[in-house]
Amino acid sequence: MTNWIEVLLSFFVLLGGLFMLIGSIGLARLPDFYMRLHAPTKATTLGVGSLLIASMIYFSVNNSIYSIHEVLITIFLFITAPVSAHMMAKAALHLDISALSITQGANAHQAAIQRSNTPDTLGVEADSSVDLGVDSSVAGSEAAGSASVNSKNQQEGGAV
Amino acid sequence: MLNTALLLVSIMIAIALLLSLWRLIQGPSIADRILALDTLYINSIALIIILGMYMGSPLYFEAALLIALLGFVSTAALCKYLLRGDIIE
Repeated sequence: MTNWIEVLLSFFVLLGGLFMLIGSIGLARLPDFYMRLHAPTKATTLGVGSLLIASMIYFSVNNSIYSIHEVLITIFLFITAPVSAHMMAKAALHLDISALSITQGANAHQAAIQRSNTPDTLGVEADSSVDLGVDSSVAGSEAAGSASVNSKNQQEGGAV
Repeated sequence: MLNTALLLVSIMIAIALLLSLWRLIQGPSIADRILALDTLYINSIALIIILGMYMGSPLYFEAALLIALLGFVSTAALCKYLLRGDIIE
């Protein structure tokens, strides 16, 4: 095994281990379930991906045949990681696990209203959906839908 | 050089396993525990790949593939149990 291949293998192995460690630190340290869901499901797929690239290069060089059966694990993990993350988020929403008050609530909703330049007639709905972080996005989409309906009604009223 | 990197990375993955185990024991809700189990099996896949490169044997690959398959099935079954109260309806 020549020298630069060994350097390349060490780089990929260290990158993979660093990603795995960052994912688990995020799992242990982040304050909220939805933030914790974000950390390992991305970082561990990147980590396992680069470790499998290193394993592919290692066995291809050592046995002097193309060792591509590691692609099976890569494809399987890249398919199943979003599916399992989606199922866990769905289970957490079903169990009503509440989010932090920083990541939800009135400020984010007011910012969304100001971005979309709609008239601010939805403050009551925004305040009523503060306590559950789960429902704030749903309430936001409903509010956007009702805002578009209201503007349509106003346009029609003006035309009439 | 490669052996040093492999030892270092196996130490890092062992720390990652301990952090996931801490979240598995500590976790305030049941969904946190499922997430910790998911992270644990992905970390063990990485540890088995590192072991296969360290031993120079491609036999460990099948163990990693089996753990990946069974880990996904177990995560899906636990989430289905939480969602529906039953796994196979």
